[in-house]
Amino acid sequence: MSSLTQTGAAASPDDSVKTGHARQRSLSRIGLVIAVIAVAGLIAAPFFVYPVFLMTVLCFALFATAFNLLLGYVGLLSFGHAAFFGGAAYFAAHAAKVWGFEPLSAILVGAVGAGLMGLAVGALAIRRQGIYFAMVTLALSQMIFFIFLQAPFTHGEDGIQGVPRGHLLGLIDLNQPLNIYYFVLAIFLFGFFAVWRIVNSPFGHVLQAIRENENRAISLGYRVDRYKLAAFVMSATIAGLAGAMKAIVLQIATLTDVAWQMSGEVVLMTLLGGMGTIFGPSLGAAVVVTMQNYFATSDVPVTVIIGVVFVLCVLLFRRGIVGEAIRLMKR
Amino acid sequence: MTMLFGIPLPALLGQLLIGFINGSFYALLSLGLAVIFGLLRVINFAHGAQYMLGAFTAYLLLFYTGLGFWPALIVAPLMVAAISALIERTMLSRLYDLDHLYGLLFTFGLALIIEGTFRWYYGAAGQPYAGPALLSGGTNLGFMFLPNYRGFVVVASIVICLSVWLLIEKTRLGAYLRAATENPQLVQAFGVNVPLLLTLTYALGAGLAGLAGVLAAPIYQVSPLMGSNLIIIVFAVVVIGGMGSIGGAIVTGYVLGILEGLTKVFYPEASNIVVFVIMAIVLMLRPAGLFGKEI
Repeated sequence: MSSLTQTGAAASPDDSVKTGHARQRSLSRIGLVIAVIAVAGLIAAPFFVYPVFLMTVLCFALFATAFNLLLGYVGLLSFGHAAFFGGAAYFAAHAAKVWGFEPLSAILVGAVGAGLMGLAVGALAIRRQGIYFAMVTLALSQMIFFIFLQAPFTHGEDGIQGVPRGHLLGLIDLNQPLNIYYFVLAIFLFGFFAVWRIVNSPFGHVLQAIRENENRAISLGYRVDRYKLAAFVMSATIAGLAGAMKAIVLQIATLTDVAWQMSGEVVLMTLLGGMGTIFGPSLGAAVVVTMQNYFATSDVPVTVIIGVVFVLCVLLFRRGIVGEAIRLMKR
Repeated sequence: MTMLFGIPLPALLGQLLIGFINGSFYALLSLGLAVIFGLLRVINFAHGAQYMLGAFTAYLLLFYTGLGFWPALIVAPLMVAAISALIERTMLSRLYDLDHLYGLLFTFGLALIIEGTFRWYYGAAGQPYAGPALLSGGTNLGFMFLPNYRGFVVVASIVICLSVWLLIEKTRLGAYLRAATENPQLVQAFGVNVPLLLTLTYALGAGLAGLAGVLAAPIYQVSPLMGSNLIIIVFAVVVIGGMGSIGGAIVTGYVLGILEGLTKVFYPEASNIVVFVIMAIVLMLRPAGLFGKEI
């Protein structure tokens, strides 16, 4: 089974081998510069842009980054990541509203819950490969959707509404827009850094070896299934972190976040931004959320726009924005 | 009243019939998916949208041209097949050399476009569609009451499944198809037009989805989202059966429909997750699927 990124991104298969290390070093230096600028921009942003919009973007950016850990670096297309994102949103909302947890612990409850769900789903899904993996994750997430639909604590179609933002660690009032914004930014940066650290660790390199050639990784003695499952659980946990954060920010957890359309959206964000790149998914998320906001008030149905962007990306723009940028820089 | 396992017999048989009918649609749709996957190696996410398109075409034919159920049963699937063939030729065929997941993503986008457009025009609510007058009413079988149209759907789906199975297993065209599944380069070298074969296969699969849609129109309401809810269950059916065999896809479809119907009788809360639970169990015990080979 050839990998998704390999066939998609590498026009000539040998260039990734030839210049691999030198290129990676210069690219990572550029990456560092971009990261510093981006963080500075994000710190200044709430003074210029509506904070709730920014926070929504950050939640989806973290979600897409977590998803990309799996698709971009292990080559596994999960079509059920909404289950972890939306599931965590429910857990966090319930913890904050019903159990009266302060926001950080509520978010942790969500992330841990998503991680456990990821363990169960992942253990089943990694038994199949490629296209079947996508179908199994989709089917299992649909099952989770129905469970959430019927479970009493989610309140069915109404969702959990009026989730309190509360006081961080009992001290900082998160009802203040700037307070919650920097809280969300801190969690986003933590999650983003975690993914970056995972990808660039020896563990992450084994994951990429699995993506490039699973059979060879097996023959080198790696227990591929364990690596895949570990990556799946990490991805699910961080996706859960994003979803839990969204529940606190928007003060609501609904079925929309667990539905399969959401799983499709995160695929699109990653694909559009550039899968297998560290910044791509965040950029893709920003573009998609902006687009949704823009078209929400127009006459054009958002689903159709999303579908058109999807088709265009797959047909013409498989490297995504950041992937194309990297290719241009390499020239 | 006759009782079986503490359930009134008519209730049990009624749910069995509903299960059988749902199973007929699972079988028709997973058959189409298996046919397309066998040759194109594409998971056709747009299958649900094509099913919806079939139902809507029948509805629109009646609304604008007055063509009733029987002509629509022929015309609508052909129209769905023609549109799908065009899409395959112009767009999908560019993705064959890439990872198979791109085919899934492309057809996913396609499904969003088709369903989104219909939802925009017609809203999410369902439109009623009258079945053929010839099959209105029902028959009393003595032990239960069978609406004629539902009986017809069960028979029709079995006939269609058998014909497709015969087409693939027993005809020359089917032999080309199976050969091209095994080794497309070699078949091309023998002078068979494989790209044409691919287009025909996609059109056949999509046409089957359209046909299922027309059959479904009088039973379920014609709504833009009728396909997307169904297709994920059909994916699970396909994972359970394994896409290795056409026959396996058909049998799994019927069996799961019936099992789902039985669940409605004995444990209604679980009826919409039972197929997924079975999928999980099959994955644990036989990861390749019941009829599948590892690929």
